[in-house]
Amino acid sequence: MAFDVNKIREDFPILKRKVNGCPLVYLDNAATSQKPRKVIDSIVDYYENYNSNIHRGVHSISQEATDAYEEARKKIQKHFNVKESKEIILTSGTTHSINLVANGFTSLLNKEDEILISELEHHSNIVPWQMMCEKNGAKIKVIPLTSNGELNYDSFLGLLSNKTKLVFVNHVSNALGTINPIKSIISKAHEYGAAVLIDGAQASSHIKADLQDLNVDFYTTSAHKLCGPTGIGMLFGKKEWLTKMPPYQGGGEMISEVTFEKTTYADLPHKFEAGTPNIAGAIGFGASLDYLNSIGFENIEAYESELLNYATNKLKNIPELKIYGEAKDKTSVISFNVGELHSYDIGTILDKFGIAVRTGQHCAQPVMDYFGISGTVRASFSFYNTKQEIDYFCKSLERAITMLS
Amino acid sequence: MDIIEVQNEIVEEFSLFEDWMQRYEYMIELGKSIDLIDSSKKIDTNLIKGCQSKLWLHAELREDKLIFKADSEAIITKGIAAILLRVFSNQTPKNILEANLEFIDKIGLKEHLSPTRANGLLSMIKQIKYYALAFNKN
Repeated sequence: MAFDVNKIREDFPILKRKVNGCPLVYLDNAATSQKPRKVIDSIVDYYENYNSNIHRGVHSISQEATDAYEEARKKIQKHFNVKESKEIILTSGTTHSINLVANGFTSLLNKEDEILISELEHHSNIVPWQMMCEKNGAKIKVIPLTSNGELNYDSFLGLLSNKTKLVFVNHVSNALGTINPIKSIISKAHEYGAAVLIDGAQASSHIKADLQDLNVDFYTTSAHKLCGPTGIGMLFGKKEWLTKMPPYQGGGEMISEVTFEKTTYADLPHKFEAGTPNIAGAIGFGASLDYLNSIGFENIEAYESELLNYATNKLKNIPELKIYGEAKDKTSVISFNVGELHSYDIGTILDKFGIAVRTGQHCAQPVMDYFGISGTVRASFSFYNTKQEIDYFCKSLERAITMLS
Repeated sequence: MDIIEVQNEIVEEFSLFEDWMQRYEYMIELGKSIDLIDSSKKIDTNLIKGCQSKLWLHAELREDKLIFKADSEAIITKGIAAILLRVFSNQTPKNILEANLEFIDKIGLKEHLSPTRANGLLSMIKQIKYYALAFNKN
């Protein structure tokens, strides 16, 4: 299919709106993506036509809802090339997934064990492990950054040992857009018998990960980053690990038999899906994968990298503008500052021009500390953005700089 | 000038502007001439919470009036602080406590008043009122 951005933009109702009297230019895609009509319709269709609680309902619409929910799981399985659909746990998103794994590992690790976390991590990928380590005494070791925003691979190799039980790295850094060499990280970690969890939240909208090929132990993402609804995401876990891990939350759906003496847990994946799940969200998630695959990830990757190069070159012409994170492999994210100007000021003025960017620390304080800055402006591009929008963004940025200087 | 007179003066100044850009440019100018907090007072206990850029505010009583000083890393936040200082600094605690804030709406800065805005305007106003409460003798 030929890639026609103007045709694609027609799929996104929100792109027609104005903000502060100007057409919306949405460059905050790393925070959340916009939703195409097909995803919105799938959610409306569920609520209008077959809203019902799933699993174990004998009536027809409960069966329809169950089928749609399980169909969504199969779509996720297929998209990420996962061997068995029961290895896909539907969660409320990446943060939930990481907490689920951290909880599962609490009883599997002890004070002799170490876990490796990269300095590039989002706060949600640091805090759950600190909480876990408080309980089981395991130690956190940090894989440092290099000055261009890449992971220091040699340091990673130096930190690996027989004590290493878990390695946590994001596939793509949310603050800088760096794509980490996860395939070699996974195979190196496996040489020492360590499990690997990859946070794919920032990657999934740009890269279609083949989880069997990666041979990863855990992989997680949030649907809202890839044109799906908020409040739903997935955790892939290898069957061996998911079987070994105790349940995270107790409640309905996750039990097999309950008496006051003892409860036996349901089989995978339901063991980790306590309570009535986000049914509409799962259906929307499935619809978003259908939508993205109909455009094609090779088209998305090629177009977004064109946008990234175009924007990077234009921004580099602005005096005193410094880009943070210039890894060889990066997604369409540009984190920058201009001279002594504060990111908050730039973001505020850009908003007045109808441009949405993110400012501040991007939930990645360690990354900001590494560069010795209090924050950045982050513009992140998606396949529905255009070069005209980038032109307007750069022009507006220059006006903001003039105003603020 | 009492608080209402200062507020009216500010409203009149802002009424001359035709668009947001002129308003913001003026605010930025005001920020540059703010009554700067002494660097020794730029400590964590004087930080205003809820602001994406660091914002410090301090007050002291001179005779019967409160003198406010502030600074911020962000120039727009500093401009907003400068407007508040112009209204509330050099006033008695009692008058500060009684003052209303309708002028903020009138000068087109109402959008900054939402508690979810990350500029700390609301927290700044709260802190000014707390100072007034603490120094109020009645």
